[in-house]
This record gives sequence, C-alpha cells and structure tokens, in this order.
Amino acid sequence: MTIPLDYETLRVIWWLLLGVLLIGFALTDGFDLGSAALLPFAGRTDAERRMIINSVGATWEGNQVWFILGGGAIFAAWPFVYAVSFSGFYLAMFLVLSALILRPVGFKYRSKKPDARWRAGWDWALFVGGLVPALVFGVAVGNVLVGAPFRLDGDLRMFYEGSLLGLFTPFTLLTGLLSVAMLVLHGAGWLSLKTEGPVLQRVRLYGQGAAILSILLFAIGGLFVAWSGMGYRVDGVIDPNGPSNPHMGGAVAAAGAWLDNYGAHPWMLLAPLLGFAGPVLALLGIRGRRDTLVFAGSSIANVGIISTVGLSMFPFILPSSIDPGSSLTAWNASSSHGTLFTMLICTVIFLPIVLAYTAWAYKVMFGRVTDREIRLNPDFY
Amino acid sequence: MISMAVVELSRLQFALTALYHFLFVPLTLGLSFMLVIMESVYVMTDRPIWRDITRFWGKLFGINFVLGVATGLTMEFEFGTNWAYYSHYVGDIFGAPLAIEGLMAFFLEATFVGLMFFGWDRLSKRGHLLTTFMVALGSNLSALWILVANGWMQHPIGATFNPETMRMEVTDFMAVIFNPVAQAKFVHTVSAGYVCASVFVLGVSAYYLLKGKHIAIAKRSFTVAAAFGLAASLSVVVLGDESGYALTENQKMKLAAIEGMWQTEPAPAGLTLFGLPSNSGRETTHEIKVPYVLGLISTRSLTGEVTGINQLVDTAKVRIAAGIIAYDAVETLKVDRNDLVAREAFERNKADLGYALLLKRFIADPRQADAATIEKAAWSTVPNVPAIFWMFRIMAGLGFAFIAFFATAFAFSSMRRFDARWFLKLALFMMPMPWIAIEVGWAVAEIGRQPWAVDGVLPTFLAASSLTVPQLWTTIIGFTLLYGILAVIEVKLMLATIAKGPERYVPWRPDSPAEPAPDFRAVPAE
Repeated sequence: MTIPLDYETLRVIWWLLLGVLLIGFALTDGFDLGSAALLPFAGRTDAERRMIINSVGATWEGNQVWFILGGGAIFAAWPFVYAVSFSGFYLAMFLVLSALILRPVGFKYRSKKPDARWRAGWDWALFVGGLVPALVFGVAVGNVLVGAPFRLDGDLRMFYEGSLLGLFTPFTLLTGLLSVAMLVLHGAGWLSLKTEGPVLQRVRLYGQGAAILSILLFAIGGLFVAWSGMGYRVDGVIDPNGPSNPHMGGAVAAAGAWLDNYGAHPWMLLAPLLGFAGPVLALLGIRGRRDTLVFAGSSIANVGIISTVGLSMFPFILPSSIDPGSSLTAWNASSSHGTLFTMLICTVIFLPIVLAYTAWAYKVMFGRVTDREIRLNPDFY
Repeated sequence: MISMAVVELSRLQFALTALYHFLFVPLTLGLSFMLVIMESVYVMTDRPIWRDITRFWGKLFGINFVLGVATGLTMEFEFGTNWAYYSHYVGDIFGAPLAIEGLMAFFLEATFVGLMFFGWDRLSKRGHLLTTFMVALGSNLSALWILVANGWMQHPIGATFNPETMRMEVTDFMAVIFNPVAQAKFVHTVSAGYVCASVFVLGVSAYYLLKGKHIAIAKRSFTVAAAFGLAASLSVVVLGDESGYALTENQKMKLAAIEGMWQTEPAPAGLTLFGLPSNSGRETTHEIKVPYVLGLISTRSLTGEVTGINQLVDTAKVRIAAGIIAYDAVETLKVDRNDLVAREAFERNKADLGYALLLKRFIADPRQADAATIEKAAWSTVPNVPAIFWMFRIMAGLGFAFIAFFATAFAFSSMRRFDARWFLKLALFMMPMPWIAIEVGWAVAEIGRQPWAVDGVLPTFLAASSLTVPQLWTTIIGFTLLYGILAVIEVKLMLATIAKGPERYVPWRPDSPAEPAPDFRAVPAE
C-alpha cells in the first residue's frame, strides 16, 4: 500500500488528534465530572440532587467514551506514551480508575432505594468520582510539564524512578487545582443550562468562584512555567520522518524552553488568551444571567487551557526528567507510518458519525430538568 | 530484568479484572438483543404488555450494564499500566482494534443506552426501538473489535518485527482484521453471551411461574428465551468447533493440551473423553478415547495429523536455535543499522525471534544459552495441561447441556406448557451455569496461550511493566475490595428488582395534569 501522506504530516495530524480527544473529553465528560463534584453542595435536598444527576443522566455515558477512546487512540497512535505514562503513573492511574468506576454505578444505583443513607453514600461516591479524576488529571499534566522520572533501556523497556507522592509538588498541585477549577466551572456552565430554582442559584455562585480561581491559577501557573527553569528543547537535527525510537533524537533540559514556540509562532498566543477569555466570559454570563454564555465561556476556557499546554510543549509529549534523551516527542513516539494512516482513515469515517448521533442525543434530551419532571418521570434516576 | 513475582502478580490482576469484567459483558451482549426482540414485538403488535416486558428486562439490563462499563474502564488502561512492554512491543497492531472499538462501537452503545432509558416518553415507538437496536449493535461490535485484538494475540498475522523501533509493526491491516481465529472467536463468544442471557431470562421467568406471579409476562419471556437460547446454544457449540478447527493451523500446542495428547497419533486421531494428564510426568493416564473423532473435527479430513506435545517441543527447539540467530542479528543492528550481513540473517530468521526471547527467563543473553537451557526453554512452551484439559471438558460439557436444556424449553413453550415444575426448578438450577462455562472458556483460551503473551512473538514474562511487588499488591487488594463491594450491591439490586417484578408503565408527559400524591417522596420507579 502506498501511503499518500508522509510520516511527518501524519505525526502532526495525530498530535492534533491527541489534542482533539483530550479537548473532546474535557468539553463533554468534563462537565459531568464538574457536575458530580458540585453535587453535594449545589444540591441540598434529595430532589435538588436528583435534578443535578438527571441533568447529566442520559448523556454522561456517551461522554465518558471520550476518555476510553482517548486511551485506545493513544495506544494505537502513541504506544510509547500509552506504555510510559500509564505504567509510570501507576498508582495515580489506579486512583483515577477507582474513582471513575464509582460513577456509572453511582448514577444508576443511587436512586434505586429510597433510603437516605444509601443515597447520601452514593452522592459522596459521585463527588469522589468527579473530583478525584479532575484533580489527578491536572496533577498528571503538571508532571508532564515538569518531566517524568523515567528512562528507556536498549530494548526500549521503560523504568520509572518516581513514586505516587513524588507526583504531588506545589506546582503539580497548582495544575491539579486549575484542572478542578476549570472542570467545576464547566460543570456549573452545564448545570446553568439544565437546572432551575435554588440549584441554579447555587450553581451560579460556585461557577463564579471557579471562574475567578481558574483565571488566578492559570496566571500563576503560566508565570511559574516561565520563570522556574522548566522546559526541554530538541538538541541538534532530528528527522521528523525517522523511525519511532526515542533514543534517536537528542533532547536536553532547557530553562524557559516551554515559551520557545510562542516566540517562533506568535499566533499560538491565541491559546492562553482563550484560556483567560473563557472564564471572563463565563463570569459575564453569570452576572448577566445569560446561561448560554456561561457554558460557552467554560468551553472556551477548556479549549484554551488544554491547547496552551500542548502548544507550549510541542514537539514534546512526555519529557523525561532523569534522562532527557529518553523523552517522547511527536517525532519519536508514534506508531508506524501505516498504522497512523489506517487509523486516520477510521477516524475520518467514524468521528463525524459519532458527532452526528451525539448531537441527536443531546437534541432529544434538550431542555431544563424541572422539579415537576423529577417528581413525575418514572425513568429518571 | 523483571522479577517473576511481578509477572505472576500482574497475571493474577489481569485475570481477576478480566474475569470479573466478563461476568457482566455476556449478559449485556445477549440481553440487548433479547430487548430488541421483545420491543420489536411491542412495535409490531402494539400491545402494552410487551412494552412492560421490555422495560422490566431493560431495568435488569441496566443494573448489569453499568458494571460492565465500569470494569471495562480498567481493561482499556490495564495494558498500559501493567503490561507496558507489551504495549510498546505490539501497540502498533494491538492498539488499533481497541481504538476502533471506542470509535465505532462503544460510542454507539454508550450514547444510545442513555436514550434507551430516558427516551421512552421522548421518542416515537420506532425511534425507541432503533435506539435499543443501536445499543445491541454497539455492544456486539464492541465484542468484535476486542476479539480481533485478542485473536491477534492467539494468531499474530499481518505484522513483522522492526529492529529500528524494537517492536512489531503492521504489514497487512486487513489480515489483522480478517484473522480467522478472531472471526471464529467472535461468533463463539457472542453466541455464548446469547446463551447466558437466555438462561438468565428463562431462569427468572421460571421463578415467577413457580411462584405463580407475573404469569403473563413470565410466559412470554419464557417463550422468547427458549427460542433465542436454542439457536444460540447450537451456534455456540458448532462455532466452538470452528475455533477448534482454527486452532490446528496455529495454536497446535493449545489443542494438544486440551486433548492431553503427548504423542502424535496416526491420523485420524482419537478424541479423549477422560484422562489424567500430568505436566511433570509428561503423559496422560487412564485415557478413554473415541477413535477418529479428534482428527475429523480438527483437520476436517481422515488423513490430517494432530501433533502431540512432545513433537511440538522438538519443533520449539529448532525454532529457538533459529531465534538465537535472529536475536544476534538484532543486537548487531542496534549498533550498526546498516550491517548488511546482520540484516540478511535477521530477515531469514525473524519469524523465530520470539522463541529466542523464551531463553531470557533462564539466561540474560540468549546467545550464551547451552543445549540444556534450550531444552528447558523448549519445554517451557508447554502450558498447564491438566488445567486446560479439565476446564475444556467443563465448558464443552455445559455447552451440550445447554442444547438439551433449550431443546426441552422450546418443546414446552411450543406446547404452551409452562407448568412442568421439574423443568422450572431445573431452569433455576441452570442459572449460574453459563457464567461457569464462559469463565472457564476464557481460561482455556488464555492459559492455553501461555507462556506467550502473543503466540510465538512475545513471552508473557517479558511483557509486564517494571513495577514493584508492593505496587501490585496495592492495586490487587484495591480492585478486589472495590469489585467485591460492587458485586454484592449489584446482586442485591438484581434480586430486589426481580422480587419487585415487572410494573405497568404509564407514559409520562410534561403536560400531564396529575400532581403527585403528598407522600410520593420523590422516589423514582427504578
């Protein structure tokens, strides 16, 4: 089979698709995580909590597939990244999975019994299922920016020299909190569209706090990245069409290198700009009681903040702090030329179909969850 | 080098999480299609009882479904967390079906399942039936792609080792997708799921009939389950035979272990019904054999030979020797990728590279292996024969029992006789059986693949992540506790829902005038 796209182009496309998947996950399942994290606070009574749960009840399951597809697509397109990150962040990954496992069960089982303790227990399980993944994802991104302590031997077997607690440093906690703030804001944005009454009032309040926190943490995080001596740079000539072997491209740690791309390509500054503009728009929306604007703002915040991380690091995907020569980049960590192309064809065919029926599902479930429906609809959780 | 303790614990965790995940998946596979059948009858006849039937089984489907989804999360990431070297070594091939599964199947299933539960009052009748169908289609397509991935581990075709990237890479993607082993496994596995769901529906219906409750719904469900189960149980055995046929082409060792057959027999070989195989004694004693049958099943001819374990070990020795040449060439190419002599030696022997890796269990550098080490490595290709021998017989025995069971059920339902108490009690007794058959079936397939993670390509002990024993114990205990608690809750909710029984559905409309009674307590019907 002759492949009509060269290897370098396919690697860039798959780097972009990696971003699309992460952003897709944040935009959709992100508000489910945020809503779950808000559940015990924005909803005080059982009926109020059911309003929140049923705001995401019909669609969260499809949203979660972005996460699962993310795992599968990283496996298929960036096998090194899949192998190194998930085995390196082993216990953190276990925390995320345990928390996420609580969600399907929590949504489905919570309202199956009228018992108040049963329901309160599941409410907190759902809270954990929303908060912990949001936090750990952010901490993980912080660690990716700093570089992870791993090395690859001659057979390209990975050895990791960090620990679970080692993942939590002041900077990575900051990125973790930024992730929580951003997703809680997004949850608030979604619930602004879907709820009414006292829940809506509280959601606006929490949304306001999350928006302000997002702006502050994003700014502090940016300053830290700029001045703390963080960053890696490709040293010497690298062949973007070369074989996927991390030992073949020399990378070195270089203070401030995460800002290089913005100097070379000023248009990339659009990403951090959106990262700030999004929460500001959401704030304006909350002030002006314009719920669509809140959700649009929180969505823009997600796109901006996640893109900022990706663009700052390009071509790096996962740098190594103890052996920069083992760092994974867009040029040395991908699948083979043929697999990238085949997977691109599959994506081009199926992703539009997925988006079409997802949009239809949202259309069917369109509208606010009313207090009346909560009490009358036998199909509601 | 990773310690064997880490490897064994990683295997234990994978087995636990996969076996647990697969408690829920078969019911999803089968029940989703039974819901389609029931709802189709509703749409065609317009009789509300069929809607109540669909909704009742749908409720049980939902309780089961969420655990399948929840535990599936672990599976999607476990290759990366616990089998990092595997993920690197074969990710170029193995990752693709997993990604396509998400894109093409799981999105479909998960998006429509929400509408299936929430859409009764928002969709037209046909619209809702379409939604239910999409859930069934999505879950079954999911199984297809997972088994394409698994089939490749059993029969790795369409890929070759690339010394520049130190991994297997795709050469023929169509060969990976249309892998005959994957196709046979897919039909066998989803049919097993249909059997599982049929036994479940039949068992619960039998319970209602015995108790004299919900008779109208129980009889109809009984009828659907009997017909669907009969077709499925025939398919699972016939197409299980197809898997046996496929085995002869590639996984001869698995077939020999299933049969406890140490020596090649003159064709056509006999089928062993009973025997006491032993790995240490390297023989099977007290055999009871049916002449010719194995040869007929597995080679579809009177002259085809079924190879015995001893002969397969001899073949392994030859392949190890060739593999050492390939290994040596790869090491040379690592230093100088333009060494033409090494390149040529590699190309000639690359198919056996995996066999040299078997030596790494005994010696750091396979090139230093002596004859005794090669002998040991060759014998390490023999899996746990007694375990496979017995588990296969349990699975196959249950498979035939299901045919007899559903044939009887079908006869009773055709005669409109739902009062044979002995049979209703038998139906209750049968309820756990499909799960037993399915789990041992999985064990036969995967233990039978040992010592390979990917047959002939990558030994399991090399595939694991470089983790520590405490890390593994943390997650094994963690998953066991979490899964254990969820299992108890799930079973209790299932039983409570069955005890409560089907309900009459009164469609809800946003404009319906009725206000709830003051004591309604905001508890939904589910």
